[in-house]
Amino acid sequence: MTPKKTYIHDYCTIENNEIVLNGTSIFKAEPTTFGDFSKQAYRNFDIQYPKFFKMDALSKLAFLGAELLLSPITSSEKENNIALILANNSSSLDTDVKYQESISDKENYFPSPAVFVYTLPNICLGEISIRHQLKSENSFFIFDAFNTEFMSHYANILLDSDKADSVLCGWVEFFDDNYKAFLCTISKEENTKYKNQTIKTLYNK
Amino acid sequence: MEALKEELKNKIITTLNLEDITLEDIHDNDPLFGDGLGLDSIDALELIVILDKDYGIKLVDPKEGKTIFQSIETMAAYIQANRTK
Amino acid sequence: MTREIYITQTNCITPLGFDVVSNIEAIKGGNTGIQLHENTSLMPISFYAAIISDEKINGAFEKISTDKKYSRLEKMMILALEPIVKKSQITLDSKVAFVLSTTKGNVTALIPNSEEGFQNAHLDVLAKNVADFFGFTTQPIVVSNACVSGVLAISVAKRMIQSGLYDHAFVVAGDEVSEFVLSGFNAFQAMSDLPCKPYSENRTGVSLGEATAAVLISAEAKNAQIKIIGDSSINDANHISGPSRTGEGLFRSIQNALKEAQIQPEKLDYISAHGTATPFNDEMEAIALNRLGLQNIPINSLKGYYGHTLGASGLLETVIAIESVNQNILFESKGFDEIGVSESIHVIRKNENKNIDLFLKTASGFGGCNTAVVFEKVKS
Repeated sequence: MTPKKTYIHDYCTIENNEIVLNGTSIFKAEPTTFGDFSKQAYRNFDIQYPKFFKMDALSKLAFLGAELLLSPITSSEKENNIALILANNSSSLDTDVKYQESISDKENYFPSPAVFVYTLPNICLGEISIRHQLKSENSFFIFDAFNTEFMSHYANILLDSDKADSVLCGWVEFFDDNYKAFLCTISKEENTKYKNQTIKTLYNK
Repeated sequence: MEALKEELKNKIITTLNLEDITLEDIHDNDPLFGDGLGLDSIDALELIVILDKDYGIKLVDPKEGKTIFQSIETMAAYIQANRTK
Repeated sequence: MTREIYITQTNCITPLGFDVVSNIEAIKGGNTGIQLHENTSLMPISFYAAIISDEKINGAFEKISTDKKYSRLEKMMILALEPIVKKSQITLDSKVAFVLSTTKGNVTALIPNSEEGFQNAHLDVLAKNVADFFGFTTQPIVVSNACVSGVLAISVAKRMIQSGLYDHAFVVAGDEVSEFVLSGFNAFQAMSDLPCKPYSENRTGVSLGEATAAVLISAEAKNAQIKIIGDSSINDANHISGPSRTGEGLFRSIQNALKEAQIQPEKLDYISAHGTATPFNDEMEAIALNRLGLQNIPINSLKGYYGHTLGASGLLETVIAIESVNQNILFESKGFDEIGVSESIHVIRKNENKNIDLFLKTASGFGGCNTAVVFEKVKS
C-alpha cells in the first residue's frame, strides 16, 4: 500500500482562557476558572446543547474544540466517517481524584454514578460522537507529552486503509484547572493552507 | 409537602447540572424523564443516591425508581412516606 | 501487498493460574476465579469478584526480581510479559513497539496515604515503569479506551506494524479489582449479587475481576499461532454509559472487520464475545449478532471464569480463544443456564471439540465504544 499524502484542514487551540481557530483568536475571557471560561465560550458561540453542563472538564474541553472544527463539516443528513483520535497525559485523573474523594470518607460514602462515568478518558470521544453523530473509529491514547509523530502516523493509517474519510486528532490535557487542547482535522483531500506545517509545528505555535 | 417539593426541585437543578432551568420551569406533575425534563439513565441513578444520602431511603430494587421518579409529585409523596432522616 | 500480522506468543496472569497452560486446565475443569469476598477496605458489603492473592503475586515476582519499587499491578504486568520477552529473543530496538492497555492503571495510588505516590496514578508512569524493567527503547503507547482497551490494543499494534512503523509489538493489558471500580459499578446498580451469568434469563450484572495478559504481535510468521485478518472499532454515538439498543456500533465494527478479512459471516467457527452479564449489554450483543446473521455461530463469554477484568478482558479473552483454536475445543460459557436475550444466539453449553479456523473477538464499553477483531488459524 503506497501511502497517499494527507493534509491538515483546520486546527484549534484552547488554553489560557482563549480559543484560537486556524491561527486567529476567536474568543478570549478575563482570567478565570475553566468552569467559568467554558460556560462563557458555550454562550459566546451560542451552542444549544444542555448536556454540555453535565460533562466533566475534560469532556467540555474536547467538546468545545470539536464543536468549532466539526460543526461546519458535519450534517445529520449524511454519514460522517470522521475518526476521533485523542490523547493526553493525565487521562481522566482530574475527575478520578474527585471520585476518590467521594468514597474516601466512610462516614459519608456516597459514590456518584454521574461522576464515576467520567473516570475514563475516552468518554469525551463518546460525547463528541453523540453530538456530531459520528459512528466512526475512535481511540484514546496516553503519553507523557503530545506524541505528534505517533498521532499523525496513526491518523494516516486510518486514512490510507479507508477506515475513515477524515480524522479529528489531537491533544486534550486537563488536570487541576490547568488545560491545553490542540485539535486538527486531517484528510486526503488536498488543502494548501498548511502545506508546510505539521501537527507538531502547529501545536508548538 | 410544598417545601419538600421546592427542596427537591432545587436539588435536581444543582445535582443534575440543569443549567438554564429554573424552579418555575419544573411543574409538580411534569414527567422528569423523556419529553418532560429530559433526564436520562445516569440522572436516574443520581436520584437514587439523593434518596439515600439526603432522606435515608435505600431502594432495594432499582426498578422501583421508575414509578417513584415519575414526577416531583410522586417523588415527594414517596419520600414523605419513607424517609428516615 | 499488505503485510500479514501474526500473534506469536501469549501469556496471562489470572486467579486461575500464572500461565496459559494452567488457565486452560482450570477452564476445562470448570473452575472459576469468582468468589465471595468480605473486605470492607474494598466494599462496605460482601461481593463476588475474581481476585488474585497478594502472596501468589509476590511469590512469583520474587523469582524474577528482588526490586521492591513496583506496584501490585506493575508486578502482574511484568509477570505476564517476562516469559514472552525472554522466549522471543527479539532485540528491543526502534522497530519494537510496547503497547500497554488499561482502564484504571494504578488507581490505588489515589487512596489517601497510599504507599505509592500520586505520580504513579499517571498511566504513562505505569507504562514507563513496566517498559524500563525490560528495556524497551521506543516510547510506550498507552491505550485507555474503557472496556475495549485490551482488544483495541491488538488492533492498534496490528495497524502500526502493517504500516511498517514497527516489526514487532509486545502488548500487555491489565486492571485490578479496586475500591474505586467496585464502588462505581455498584453505584451504577451493575453488580451481580451472584457470580455473573452472561446471556442468562436471571442475570443481574457483572462480577469484577483482575488479570493481566500479554502477547507478541509480529510481521514474522515464525512460531505464529494465529493471524490477525481484520479489525474495526466503531462508536455507537448513542449514550455514554448505556449501549445502543440496536447494537449499531458493534454491528458496524463486526461488519467492517469481516469486510477487511474478506470473510462471509457464516464462515466464522466461533465468537469470543464480551458478555458482561448486565441486562442491556448482553441484549445489545444478541441484537447486533442477529443483524449480521451470526446467531448460529457458537459463542461464549469468559466472564463466568474471570469476571469482568476491564481493560485486560479483551486481551485475556483473545489469549484463551487462541488456545481454543490450538486445541480445537469450544469452552462452555460459564454461568449460562436459560437464554435471557430476546433474539436467539448459540451459547456454548458445555466443552466440545470442534475444528476452529476463524474466530471473532468482540468487546463494548462505556463511552459507546465497540471493537471487533477477526483471527485466522495459521496452518502448519
